[in-house]
Amino acid sequence: MSTIELRKVTKRFGSFTAVKDVDLSVAAGEVVCLLGPSGCGKTTTLRVIAGLERVTDGEVVVAGKVMNNLPPEKRDIAMVFQFYALYPSASVAENIAFPLYHDGISGAERTARVNRVAAILHLEHVLDRLPNQISEGEKQRAAMARAIVRDPNCFLFDEPLSRLDVELRQTMRGQIKEVLQGLSKATVIVTHDQLEALTMANRIAIMKDGLIEQVGSPHEVFAKPANAFVASFIGTPQMNLLEADLKTFADGTADMTVAGISLAIRTDAAVARLQPGKVTIGVRPRAFTPTDTGDRGTISARAELIEPMGAETLIHARTAAGADIRVVVTRSQRVKVGEALNLRPDPRQTHVFDGAGKAVRS
Amino acid sequence: MAESILGKLGFRRASGVDEAGWGRTLAVAVVAFIYFLPVLFIIFTAFKPQGDALLVPPTLSPTSLFGLIPDHFVFKPTLENFGSVFSRSMTPDGAPEATGFDRYFFNSIFIASASVLLALVIGTLAAFGFSRYPLKGNDTYLFIILTTRMLPAIVVIIPVILMFRVVGLSGSYLGIIMLYTAFNLAFTIWMMKSFFDELSPDVEDAARIDGSSGMRVFFKICLPQVIAGLAATFVFGLILTWNEFLFALLLSGPDTRTVPVAMNQAVSSGGRGTDWTLLAAIETLFLVPVFLVTFFLQNHLLRGVTFGTVKR
Repeated sequence: MSTIELRKVTKRFGSFTAVKDVDLSVAAGEVVCLLGPSGCGKTTTLRVIAGLERVTDGEVVVAGKVMNNLPPEKRDIAMVFQFYALYPSASVAENIAFPLYHDGISGAERTARVNRVAAILHLEHVLDRLPNQISEGEKQRAAMARAIVRDPNCFLFDEPLSRLDVELRQTMRGQIKEVLQGLSKATVIVTHDQLEALTMANRIAIMKDGLIEQVGSPHEVFAKPANAFVASFIGTPQMNLLEADLKTFADGTADMTVAGISLAIRTDAAVARLQPGKVTIGVRPRAFTPTDTGDRGTISARAELIEPMGAETLIHARTAAGADIRVVVTRSQRVKVGEALNLRPDPRQTHVFDGAGKAVRS
Repeated sequence: MAESILGKLGFRRASGVDEAGWGRTLAVAVVAFIYFLPVLFIIFTAFKPQGDALLVPPTLSPTSLFGLIPDHFVFKPTLENFGSVFSRSMTPDGAPEATGFDRYFFNSIFIASASVLLALVIGTLAAFGFSRYPLKGNDTYLFIILTTRMLPAIVVIIPVILMFRVVGLSGSYLGIIMLYTAFNLAFTIWMMKSFFDELSPDVEDAARIDGSSGMRVFFKICLPQVIAGLAATFVFGLILTWNEFLFALLLSGPDTRTVPVAMNQAVSSGGRGTDWTLLAAIETLFLVPVFLVTFFLQNHLLRGVTFGTVKR
């Protein structure tokens, strides 16, 4: 079975811990994206799976076998590198055929396989060229072809689309997803682009400082972020995180002070468990409804900057106490700079994070 | 006005990196020719009749260039000198004898190529090790290797002679080849290490993941990428070894003598003064092998090292 399992994997470089107690399992046919800011340990995690880095602690299990002490060439894994890493002195065809030499495959079979993947990835016309004679998109596809030409235990992708331009990235995203769906292998994709993760992954693991903060489906991590970091990392524009002082909670309504304004907002019932004190309120820019009159359920702010984004308009507003709030409204709602807004947060989309940043949810 | 004439001649300042105009090309050619003159003079001397070599004013050209050059500057080219490199009479009125120079040319070619190739093989492997599997204190090792080239040959020659005497390597091919190999190694390791350092580690990682062992990665992936470096190192090493005189003089025997040493003895023996046309002929022949090697490798020498591996 093509599966990947990481058990309490830790990787230290000297005194620096790049990956800390990471647990992750990827089922056959599943695509898991490791998502996080630069330096969060996602690429190290990938290299640990590939065997390019040795784990300091924990177990790497691929296809049901502990691989800790196996060198990369014995792991039977296919990987696509960020800079493609095509062999510069070999033609595209030779590049794609390279992994097959070790599987004892005959010459005719090799050619047939190369031609087959070349056809899938539209590379027939560049097979005789050298890697420096083809375009970025073709290099990406050649690297992909080299990975899928054999039948490995699993696939690893390191920032596969980061070097393509926006248009190409969209096409390739679709193409990679399509190819992966036909292969039913465990796949790990490292990316810092949340859109890439949200569109390609079955599950997303969000990493920060070597730790996995949350693993979940694209829907879960967006709708139910486990903590304030995940909440702010996923979703564009970013979720508004407002410092608040929780006073009391009764009948599903929290009484609190947000940026100097006393508010009564409907929140999750689990907030009842919290002691009064510092909390963080998270509301996505699209979860606000501007209303005509203000009351204790609305936040009043003044529009400072308007950014039309096509179908929607992004408004940067500021409360009297100086807190910034991003609001997205539909194009038909005209707002002028300097206009006073009363913003009512949608109670079902209002997240409360406790003092440590953990989501409070029932 | 003056500017436009200069402009037409190609002296204008080119914007960007276009090819130079004719004016600049000509100017560079003139300077290059001045540098080349001594070599040309030697080559011409090799073709002069013996008596012409010391004429004042000297004869300058083998042809009058359709009457352009006055007759007293023109010499009548002859191949006689090249013949006497290999065979000539050693005493006045004596019969021609073989000089042994065919042997000396073979020695030069054999010793230089053997030691440079040997240094290239050992040095490239060592350089790959230093580049990919660094030791603790890697830079110290590299520095120590370089120190072997910091002393002039004359300083180390006495211990080397003694060592060779003791182990019986004096005058043997093996001895001189080992010595040149050792001297070329430092240079080879430093050159090749810098070429390996330039390679993208991703490409090697990819080859590992695709199932290659460390050896295969080295031969199939790394070596093809540093061919330009191998060629450059080979040519530089060859030129250094080819022209080496001091060690060859003191450590080669009659059978293993190289051309620079033989040249020295050929022109100064016999007490008849220096035979300049003979010397010029030997030098001209001596130029040919290195010239050919460099000429055929020049494409590799000029090609950049990182041809499209990865753009960062």
